[in-house]
Amino acid sequence: MFNYIIKRLLALIPILIGVAIIVFLIVHLIPGDPAQTMLGERATDQALERLREQMGLNDSLPVQFWRYVKDLLRGDLGRSIMSNNPVSAELMQRFPATLELSFFAIIFAVFVGVPAGIFASMNQNSWFDNLSMLIALIGVSMPIFWLGLMFIWLFAVELGWFPPSSRIGVGLEFTPITNLYVIDSILQFNFTALKNVLHHLVLPAVALGTIPMAIIARMTRSSMLEVLKKDYIRTAYAKGLKRKIVIFKHALKNAMVPIITVVGLQFGVLLGGAVMTETIFSWPGLGKYLVDAIYARDFPIVQGGILFFAGVFVIVNLIVDLSYALVDPRIQYE
Amino acid sequence: MRKITLTTFIILAVIMSMFVTGVMAQEQGGTLVFGRGGDTVGLDPIQVTDGESFKVTQQIYDTLVDYTPGTTEVEPALATDWEVSEAGLTWTFHLREGVEFHDGNPFNAEAVKWNFDRWRLEDHPYHIGGEFTYYSYMFQGFPGIIQEVNVVDEYTVEFVLSEKQAPFLNNLAMVPFGIASPEAVKKYGEDYFKNPVGTGAFVLEEWRQGDRVILKANENYWRERAYLDEIVFRSIPDNSARFMELQSGSIDMMDGVSPEDVEAIEESDTLKLSLRPSMNVGYFAMNFKFEPFDDVRVRRAFNHAIDKQAIIDAFYAGLAEPAKNPMPPSIWGYNDEIEPYEYNPEKAKELLAEAGYEDGFEFDLWYLPVPRPYIPQGKFIGQAIQSYLSEIGVTANLVTYDWSTYLDKTDHQEAPTYMLGWTGDNGDPDNFLYVLLDKDNSNNAYESDELHEVLVEAQKTMDQDKRVELYMEAQEIIHQDAPWVPLVHSTPPIALKSMVENYIPNPTGTEKLHRVWLSE
Repeated sequence: MFNYIIKRLLALIPILIGVAIIVFLIVHLIPGDPAQTMLGERATDQALERLREQMGLNDSLPVQFWRYVKDLLRGDLGRSIMSNNPVSAELMQRFPATLELSFFAIIFAVFVGVPAGIFASMNQNSWFDNLSMLIALIGVSMPIFWLGLMFIWLFAVELGWFPPSSRIGVGLEFTPITNLYVIDSILQFNFTALKNVLHHLVLPAVALGTIPMAIIARMTRSSMLEVLKKDYIRTAYAKGLKRKIVIFKHALKNAMVPIITVVGLQFGVLLGGAVMTETIFSWPGLGKYLVDAIYARDFPIVQGGILFFAGVFVIVNLIVDLSYALVDPRIQYE
Repeated sequence: MRKITLTTFIILAVIMSMFVTGVMAQEQGGTLVFGRGGDTVGLDPIQVTDGESFKVTQQIYDTLVDYTPGTTEVEPALATDWEVSEAGLTWTFHLREGVEFHDGNPFNAEAVKWNFDRWRLEDHPYHIGGEFTYYSYMFQGFPGIIQEVNVVDEYTVEFVLSEKQAPFLNNLAMVPFGIASPEAVKKYGEDYFKNPVGTGAFVLEEWRQGDRVILKANENYWRERAYLDEIVFRSIPDNSARFMELQSGSIDMMDGVSPEDVEAIEESDTLKLSLRPSMNVGYFAMNFKFEPFDDVRVRRAFNHAIDKQAIIDAFYAGLAEPAKNPMPPSIWGYNDEIEPYEYNPEKAKELLAEAGYEDGFEFDLWYLPVPRPYIPQGKFIGQAIQSYLSEIGVTANLVTYDWSTYLDKTDHQEAPTYMLGWTGDNGDPDNFLYVLLDKDNSNNAYESDELHEVLVEAQKTMDQDKRVELYMEAQEIIHQDAPWVPLVHSTPPIALKSMVENYIPNPTGTEKLHRVWLSE
């Protein structure tokens, strides 16, 4: 097991090198340059020339690449063109916000999606099955910016149950430490802030979790249906076991592998930052930030961000692979 | 008995005075939450170029001279008065005494010199942390036209220029040239942009990147202390979400109001609208290098063919004014005598026929790929222009590129016709006319020697009346040559809760908020 983890982590290195090269090339091959974007309408030839020189964009591509790799090997991702802040600091500032939102979104998705899928499969073609699969279909195809705006309009403006957006209210005594606000407020025993933070999390987490919830529900249902047709399930019933036991102990455990795969993949995707949800709910996370960086041609941020995301994705996948062994004893990692 | 009357009188007086102050006087205190589309990039004003940063640094820093609220006229700020030498090359500023930076260090001539040296000298030890873009832009490179900055005495500083610059004062009033505490810049080095220290009405309390900037009132401000105790600038990227925040009451004011929300604000009892005086122009340019746009009759025909007011009603919710000059009326020297080319398709057709194009022609119309303050919906406005031109028998093919490619290609005169615009920097006519239409700068190969002479003379003239005259003449030349169809000067709307009082938007795009107060 331990050796396996080490092996997988070592395999991360070539993946990241590959990603670094590809990202560098893609980023530098897309048309447009950061100096131009930064100066906007004010971009005269002289001003551009001067700015490019200062940013080191006048060097040839191989020279820039060599500099990039050299810095990367020292663990230096460079500095943002927009703000001149180190890339690592910019990313670490925003990743916790994304992590927190993704975590609560996936919790919502799993705790609603899995039971819905199970119930649907138990009563195949019943009204509940049809209804929940219809909801799931709508959920998968729902444009999230629309859903998010509707949530804000209904629950914040009209009903006033939840705050419309942001991570925390104005005027609260609160000092971010880890930038995971839930954890920070617990660490400071600041339960007013904790309540406020959780309150702010509900709408964006549900909006962000809706699509994964729908995907998980559909996957759970089909995976369960397949297992429920197996001979050993019939045997279990024949032995006189109760339906509850058969479903939850015998069927669900075996249906879990594909469900875990889907949950893991969805979580990995969410961690890359959800552009739409973050935009609508003014969530200061990675997704919106990376898209802004692409528009501004902030090369170091885009490179660093994608590299970071690739690393996170690989690690999430590793955790998923390891968790297979927990539900299926036939799977062992040597 | 007498005692009772006296007591009653006193009580009455107290009640009266409470009533009077409650109605008349500005109220101290409170937090203003300002919702805007993006976060601040940095808080060192000389290193940034974006409005979201300037909005905040405007509160933290002061400049030597400032714009009078709501205008682009210059008034004293950190400098109380100034003289310029006969030749226009030496400027002497007398500085305000007793001003302190937020860190307690004194503001004086040394501090002013240190700031300017840091900006203009590339070998200065603190010429770090960015590109000093606005310095090199306004003063033409490093060290640019500011040759020397001399400390005359503790509160007098002298600037020696290498050439005359008529808009020099207007330039010094710009937000990027806010004076920073030298000790703070030395202390924080590359991280100064997160730890700004100025002399302004507000002090940075906390900046949560991507989310909000929190400012607290400066108790030692050299003007009167701000009415507000605190300002929170929140980034709320989505326009609709931001407007819903305002409706639900979680923010007090916002900019970037969508045209479709204007009606709801006008009808609301709790909200109000404030229009920023325009300091921009959105235009449609025709490139002289491409036939038939080298023919002035064709260019004038286009000017007659487009109904600007209809475009404004459809895409700006009426919140803009039709342009007849390349610069907005908020800027001094605006030539209001000019008779605009009226919307008249028949006349346009006649002009085209005169030029030999009665059967029309086909060309590429480049439309803006991104929303800009002067043209918020490039594609739709492009389509509107396309349909107006089809009415006079001309076929326009809509073309666009990503923003930076668009800028690059238009800058290199590759576009036959294109939409673009400009937001002024310093409120000087030079910043529109010379920057956009002089033969050395124009993007559409418009090269008028007559105009060039007038514009260059205006740059070297220190006499204000003479300058006004020259710019009036310049606008007349441009009107005759019709290198563009000037489309609009937009007046960006700002939505506020009714209780936000005394907010005066400035044409330059940002304003100090220390005189704003809350009436509840």
